[in-house]
Parts: sequence; structure tokens; C-alpha cells
Amino acid sequence: MRVALIGQPNCGKSTLFNQVAGYKADTGNFPGTTVTFTESSVRVIGETIDLVDLPGTYSLTASNLAEKEVIRYLSSHHVDVILNLVDASHLVQGLGLTLELLELGKPLVVGLNMMDEAARLGITIDGPHLQQILGVPVIPLIASRGRGIKPLFTTVLDLSRNCTELKRIPYKNQQVEEIIQELSTKLQDLDVEWNREALAIRLLEDGSELLTGSDSQQLELEKKVGPYIQKITEQQGKTPIWVFSKERHALAKNLTGQVLTRGEERITWQTRADDILLHPFWGYVILLGILWAFFQVVYLAGSTIEGPLISVFDELIVNLNGINGKGSFVSDILRGGLQGISGGVAIVLPYLLPFLLGMGFLEDIGYLPRLAFMMDSLMQRMGLHGKAIVPFILGYGCNVPAVMATRTMEGRRDRFLAATLSIMVPCAARISVIFGLIAFYLGSKIALLIYIFNILVIALTGRILSWRILKESPGLILEIPPYRIPTLRSLLNKTWFRAKEFVIDAWPLLIGGSIFLELANRFNIADFLNLLTRPFTWLLGLPSAVGVPLIFGVLRKELSMIMLRQALNVTDISQALSPEQMITFTIFVVFYIPCLATLAALKKELDTKLMLIIAGFSVVIAMATALIGRSIVILFTSNGVLF
Amino acid sequence: MKLIDVEDNTQVEIIGVEGGKGIASKLRQLGLMPGDQISISRRAPFNGPILVEASGRSVAMGRGVAGKVEVILCE
Repeated sequence: MRVALIGQPNCGKSTLFNQVAGYKADTGNFPGTTVTFTESSVRVIGETIDLVDLPGTYSLTASNLAEKEVIRYLSSHHVDVILNLVDASHLVQGLGLTLELLELGKPLVVGLNMMDEAARLGITIDGPHLQQILGVPVIPLIASRGRGIKPLFTTVLDLSRNCTELKRIPYKNQQVEEIIQELSTKLQDLDVEWNREALAIRLLEDGSELLTGSDSQQLELEKKVGPYIQKITEQQGKTPIWVFSKERHALAKNLTGQVLTRGEERITWQTRADDILLHPFWGYVILLGILWAFFQVVYLAGSTIEGPLISVFDELIVNLNGINGKGSFVSDILRGGLQGISGGVAIVLPYLLPFLLGMGFLEDIGYLPRLAFMMDSLMQRMGLHGKAIVPFILGYGCNVPAVMATRTMEGRRDRFLAATLSIMVPCAARISVIFGLIAFYLGSKIALLIYIFNILVIALTGRILSWRILKESPGLILEIPPYRIPTLRSLLNKTWFRAKEFVIDAWPLLIGGSIFLELANRFNIADFLNLLTRPFTWLLGLPSAVGVPLIFGVLRKELSMIMLRQALNVTDISQALSPEQMITFTIFVVFYIPCLATLAALKKELDTKLMLIIAGFSVVIAMATALIGRSIVILFTSNGVLF
Repeated sequence: MKLIDVEDNTQVEIIGVEGGKGIASKLRQLGLMPGDQISISRRAPFNGPILVEASGRSVAMGRGVAGKVEVILCE
């Protein structure tokens, strides 16, 4: 039997799912963390059920990706029981969705989650009374602590065995009710898994996501529904989608009034925390402090682990040469593979794990939406809004999660712009170029200048793109959830879950790429590659030998740095490149084509066409900025300001 | 009047949302409908968004959005 888990964003669906299924879904205290559904076979109280964790949705109207996914799922899959999770501390909003689900006429169980948080807010809910009014079981829950889960699933199993007919609660508006009844009698012959009244309501609201079938069938249906939509619009002065949600909202408010009593709020530390963290001045000081501390910790933890790990691998590689004899074909392949593994284990993981852990902490505690609130006005200037700050910050660690984080944004326009800009953020791998080349040879001040230059370019690009090419962003509307104390278990699980994603997606690429690199060296195809990139390197005033490191940088950005010495055939890069060339090279590396793993993420989150557009665009930006950077350096050098 | 012109911590009632379909439907999903009482609790500096309190839920709203929400003062 199949049970679908449905609820509004941030009501704890994924938390409940993970409690019963083990850690399989990504959770976070940021509305809309789950966008696709996760299905898992779980054993509860001696029974095996297929539990589906659907993305959070405020209603069943398809206005963003997550909601479309839910509707598509419900109309195309057979579901035995719908398990509707409602955040008890936000009952009115939650019941809006419950009423919609009730309209479907499928077996429904309501889990009243976050009872602890409601209690803290001084809210008591009369569960039995609610159950009586809705006509479906209502079970109180604290999913994060695993309380109430057993009675919840016992009820689900009971319901699946002896299901009673459900009745939707009719709307107060008689005229509207009549139209729904009339249309539903005309829909009897349709082959959809839904109750006819529910279908009528959904079709009147917007049926485009709902029905698949031949064009002629669609057309016939449109003919049936069209006049009724018009009738409601004329009668009520608003489109059906508005009329219905207003009716449901009124019902939900009425219901809440009957079952909810509001007492004294027990603590106000939440408000007090916001007084400081969202303060117009101190809020930003703390924000900078938090980000600074965050990167310090990640850098410290990473660099402490990286050194010893690398030396272990280096020793292995040296030993390998000893065993197989240097230069044999097999040892080249083995060495390449080992270098790939060492890159993943020793260079990426030491930074990625603390980064994910810290990010998970900020996310679970509820700081990220507040960051979006504070940074909105800055992001507006780039044609985006506050939500886009999350991909940007993630981007400093790795562009792949940054691109994935654009999921929480509505609309293709915002996602495209946020993705285009966030892949320009220098990730940890590109930091190795900025630090290893610029900071090492030219000093940390120049490295800092590169960072500032990067931020300026991103801001300007956003501004230009949103000014002419893309329409204006609709602006920020984001729920700010209450602070929640993260549990260690969920933090570790989350970190592991996301790190696993990296291991599976990126490691085969790293290892394959490194082997290819060794073989390319062996068969001397370097000259050919350098010739291919000569137009670019010539324009930038760089030696043609940097072509190979640039091409391999597409595999892994840090390769551009690691291979540079080898390609230039020097141990001290300053013997081969002038300061001006180093800066030009670094700027180009920071902006040109994102690495393969990021390209894959772009393809997954957007599509192939947009991925290619973004990649092509990044080359244009890289050329332009590198040339601008070069001119600036030449200008200052001739004045004697620099070097 | 518009929500953006309301003083902080003053209870107002939503009477409508003008313009873009996107904004109206997004607010509707968050449970902000005509007839609901809301108030502004905070404002971000530099012309940033406002924080709206609606029956125990906080919603951040860009100024552009808040300029499109029509409200009246509650008695």
C-alpha cells in the first residue's frame, strides 16, 4: 500500500519521513528544501508500506515547481492514504491545504505536528473536536522527537483497511456550490483517480497540470469547463481560483476559531533574538561576524586535515612508481586514478564536510531566511531578491550546491539569473588558484582585490542582465520560520546525505579526468590543445602553454593551478609569468566555464540549452573581465603604483 | 492605503492585492488573504523588505510587493 506525505513547506514532513525511513530526504529550516519526491519502502508496526515524501506545498494550485510536482503525482499515481502533516503553530494556513485534500475524497489522516512549538506559543488545540468537524482522524505529533509516530501509523493502517466515505465540507457560498455540483455531474465519464467534485473544483481553478490525453479530449474538456469558469467570474467578480481559496480560507479560519485557544506566550526569546539578529546595524555586524567565523572554521578544519592526508597519498604514489617502474602505461593509469582519489579525499572532502556541517547548522536553526531578509535590498540591485543570497553563499564552498539551491526560487527567470550569477562566485577550488598564485606571489592584498573585483563583476552582470534582457523580478515574499534548535542527529545525517551526493556525482569524474590527464601527458597531445586555445591565450597576452591547464580546469578548477607549474616547466611560476599575466590568468580562471560537476548540476536544474548559454556566456565574461583586469594592471604598473 | 505606508506595529486588514497575478497567488498560498489582519514588525534598512506578522506567522515582503497590498486600518 502507498501512503503520500503532504503538507505545507517547513511543517516537518521530511523530518517525519526520515524518522521512519532512515535518512533519505534532505531537510532544512528554509521553506521549500524538498522539491522532488522521495519514495521509500518502510516497515512500521509489522507492515510494509511505500511512503512518499512529496515537496511542501501551500495549496494544490500549481504555481511553482514543488506544487506542480505534488499535483502531477496525485493525479498520476494511486495513493491508498494521504497523510497530511499540519504545523499546529500555524493552524489556519495548514487547514487551508487540509480542506483541499479533503475535497479529493481519498482516505486522509491529519498529523498535527510541532505540538511542542504550539505549546510554547501558548496555543492549545482541541484535537477530538477538529477530528469530529473534519470527519478524518487527527493525531498530535512531535516528529522531530519521534513522538506520536506510532499512533499515527496505526491510524493510517486502520484507515487503509476499512475506509469510510469522505465528505468535503461544502463552501458557504451557495451559488458557487451549485456550479461545482453541476459541473461534477458532467465529468462522470472521465478516467481520473479523483472524486468528481474535487475534479470539478480543480478544473475550474486551473486544470492544465492535471489532465493528460489527446488534444481533442483536452479540447472537449475545455469546452465543458469554460462556460462555468466564465459564470463564476461574472457572478463573483473574481476568477474561480480566487473565489475558491477565499472560501477555503474562510472555512479554515472558522474551523480554527472553533478548536484553538490562545493563551499566554511562554517565552519571547525568539522575538528577542530577532531584535538583535535583524537589527538595522548590529544585525549586519553579526552577519559579517557569523560568515567570517564560518569561513575561518571551515578553512582551519580543512587545512589541518588536508596536509597530512595529502602526504599519505603522495607517499602512496611514490611507492607505486617504485613497484611498477616509472613511466609504464599501467603505472600512468594507476597514478592518474590515485591522484583523482586523493583530490577527492584530501583536497575536497576536508573543506566540504565542515562546510556542509556549518551550513546545515545555519539552515536548521533558521538563520538563512533571515539572511535573505537582510540582504534583499542588495540583491534587488542585481535584479534578484533576498532568497538568492543562499546560492551565493553556498557558491563560495562549491558551485554545485549553489546551483541546486536555486530550486527554492520561483520562476525560470529568477532561477536562470541566480544560477548564472552564483557560478561566478569563486568556489573553494578556485580559491586555491587565487591563494596559490596571487596571494603566494603577489601578496594577500592583491588576492583581496581580486575578490572585490569578482563581487563587482557579479553585481554589474546581474544589473545588466536584469536591466535589458530579463523582466523585473516580482520581489521577495518569504516566510520567516521560527528559530529551531537543531538536533545533532539530523545535522550529521544531513551532512552525510549531501556529501554522498558529491561523492557519487563528482568522484567518477575526478578519477576519470585524472587518468585522462596522465595519458594526455604521455601521448603528448598537449601541443594540440595549446594550439586550440591559442586565440584566447594570445588575446590575453599569456604564453600558449597555459592552454592545457585552462582546459583541464573545466574538469576540476584546482587543476588549473596544480598543472600550471608542469605546463610552464618551471618550479617558480614568477620566472615564467609576469605579475600582469598572473592576474589576467587568475581572473580568467575565476570566470570562465564552470567545472563539469557544476555543468551537470546546471543541466539538471535548468536544461541543456540554458546550460550551454550560461557556459558560453561565462567565456564572454571571462574574456572581457580578464582584458579589463589586464588593462587596469598595465595602467597602474606604468604609473608605478603597482609592482 | 498601501501596506508600505502603514506605521510599524499597527493592525491593518488586507482588502486586496493589485497588479501581478504572481504576487497575489504567492500571498494567497502563504495564507494572506483579503480579510486577514496583519501588522508590520520590522523593516530592513537600505529600502529593504518589511517583516509582516500574520496570525503567528512572519512573512518577509519586498517593498515592491508591500506597495501593491491594499489595506485599511483596524478599529
